[in-house]
Amino acid sequence: MIEQVFQAIAAVVVSVAFCLLYFAGTNWVLDKFTQRPKGDPTAKRPRADAIEAGVRPWLFLAPALLLLGVFLLYPLLETFRLSFYNATGETFVGWRNYSWVFGDQNFLITIRNNFLWLLVVPAVATVLGLVVAVLADRVWWGNFAKTMVFMPMAISFVGASVIWKFVYDYRGPQSEQIGILNAIVTGMGFEPQAWVTVPFWNNFFLMVILIWIQTGFAMVILSAALRGVPTETIEAAHLDGASELQIFFEIMVPQVMSTILVVWTTITITVLKVFDIVMAMTGGQWDTSVLGNLMYDWMFRGGGDYGRSSTLAMVLMVAVIPVMVFNIRRFQAEEAQR
Amino acid sequence: MKKYFSLQSIVAQLLLLAIVIIWVFPTLGLLVSSFRVKEQLVSSGWWTAVSTQTRADMRRTGGAQSVQKVDDKFVISGRFFAAESGTRIGKFSLKSAKPDEFAVGTTAQVPDGQIFDEEDGKPDGTLTVNADSTYRLELTAAYEKPNGVRIFYVAESPPVFSTQNYEKVIASEGVGQAFVNTFKVTIPATLIPILIAAFAAYAFSWMQFPGRKWLFIVVVAMLVVPLQMSLIPLLRLYNELGAALGIASKSYPGIWLAHTAFGLPLAIYLLRNYIAALPRDIIESARMDGASHFQIFTSIVLPLSIPALASFAIFQFLWVWNDFLVALVFLGKGPEQVVLTIKLNDLLGSRGESWEILTASAFVSIAVPVLVFFSLQRFFVRGLLSGSVKGG
Repeated sequence: MIEQVFQAIAAVVVSVAFCLLYFAGTNWVLDKFTQRPKGDPTAKRPRADAIEAGVRPWLFLAPALLLLGVFLLYPLLETFRLSFYNATGETFVGWRNYSWVFGDQNFLITIRNNFLWLLVVPAVATVLGLVVAVLADRVWWGNFAKTMVFMPMAISFVGASVIWKFVYDYRGPQSEQIGILNAIVTGMGFEPQAWVTVPFWNNFFLMVILIWIQTGFAMVILSAALRGVPTETIEAAHLDGASELQIFFEIMVPQVMSTILVVWTTITITVLKVFDIVMAMTGGQWDTSVLGNLMYDWMFRGGGDYGRSSTLAMVLMVAVIPVMVFNIRRFQAEEAQR
Repeated sequence: MKKYFSLQSIVAQLLLLAIVIIWVFPTLGLLVSSFRVKEQLVSSGWWTAVSTQTRADMRRTGGAQSVQKVDDKFVISGRFFAAESGTRIGKFSLKSAKPDEFAVGTTAQVPDGQIFDEEDGKPDGTLTVNADSTYRLELTAAYEKPNGVRIFYVAESPPVFSTQNYEKVIASEGVGQAFVNTFKVTIPATLIPILIAAFAAYAFSWMQFPGRKWLFIVVVAMLVVPLQMSLIPLLRLYNELGAALGIASKSYPGIWLAHTAFGLPLAIYLLRNYIAALPRDIIESARMDGASHFQIFTSIVLPLSIPALASFAIFQFLWVWNDFLVALVFLGKGPEQVVLTIKLNDLLGSRGESWEILTASAFVSIAVPVLVFFSLQRFFVRGLLSGSVKGG
């Protein structure tokens, strides 16, 4: 064990040192080349200055651009290309993978599940986040409440799956239930259920896990946005005799609408990519598969079908494009204000 | 002045309390269960963990193979529960209908015909059960069935908490090694992208070069590209490279680079927002004094950007620590490379019913991120608020 710890520390030091060495080294070399003569710091050396100004940005950018290119941009194009090729990626098959996808029974169940996730999770997480943010501002233990709701953000999807699998644990009707959900259900006089194996409804039990994680995110962002709602407006509404609910729906919600939209889209992206939870809870069995899982399945099924798997990835990609466009528009609008 | 005692406030408090309880209970259940001994964990809900449980149940004595002949008696003896479970028997009986027939410590007659079919008018023997669950069954004839005699009892199990589940998973289930491996993946995969992204963010903020705006728009677009898009080409690339160079395709440097690249769009985006907002005067006057961009970056910009660097560091740390998919594709499952999330998922498959192992392992895996989260919550929140739309 001690040896492994030392190995780990050595690996950490070497990798970070390597990185530092690149930046310090290349910049040092550039400085050497374009150095001004000693004793005359203001001497004009137009060529050296031009080289310096032309080269240094790329020294700063090179590792980032290289990594983005190799790990994100190239794969994007390559996945697109592979989606038109057969299982081994060698023979061009045209649209065949796409026509297969839309006729495949598993895919249809999967895409139905994805739609369910997209409909339910962002909506519930955002609304609950908003509710907690509003309520926490009116009670003296609000900060504690926020921290507790926020905490699942730090837990891995797999860890959260273990936590909730324990909540959903099922024993036969004769045994004592150790899962809290079945204990409550039997306590109310109903039969215990193996929740994650009941087709269709099991999807919702899996969604609960992601809602549990994402509500904290929605709450933090919306809580900050609500603090920006001018108190005078709310006070004035109070004086005019508006009820708390009216103030919430007619003043607070419209004021933070743009933030709600951002939170919604961010959670939507997370939902589209969901994989870990389904993998850990059911492995995609009992009709719970989502795109991320189906894609992973085909990556390794029968030695791996790169064509079909890439096609499934492309379906995901197409689904995120609207959000991508939305983000770029938002960014350009922000830049214009700078 | 806020009112805390109006009707509306009470409704608000109750509603919030209900939400907080729903949010906390699942994790609390995991934490409490991980410290319970196996016997209790599988037989009663974790919410009863601190109360002493009284319940009637049945156990069998040893069967024919544990019979010992002492003088003219045939003796079966042993104990029902391990000593550390702390369970104490109060009453016992041979009849299921009346488990509280005899007090512990007394010797009960085993009625004629209860054990041996032949009825000879004499008791079949005697049975003694003690509070610590040791028992002694003395029979008048040889007992030949493989299954033992059924003994009914009423037992009390006091709450027992121990760290034995943790000792077990860390030492013998490989969770300890996975813990070290996870650090080995996470620390370089957190530090390297910070360094690379900080340089790139500085270039995007304060340097002039052709294509600056468009390159940055590409970075913004990359924020939401699903990880799934990268998996197949990278898997092929790694396999080909591994084969061509004769090295393993699944390696630590491989996953560091992957995590670095997947974290870069967010890192560059966050840091650029921060660095571009630094006062122009500082940087321009340093340029006037003849400082190079490298000097300005290391001596002025980097120290000023510590809060933004910290925010991103926490994000990336949590993300890499909690990552499952990247590790699944880019790391092996051998003990040298397995990380906690993979280990946990494997245990879910192989030890799905062993909750004493699962709860302790899960808690080992969530302890570090939760600690980081609680101690550095401020930075984490600040990072979220500076407009994070994490891809990957």
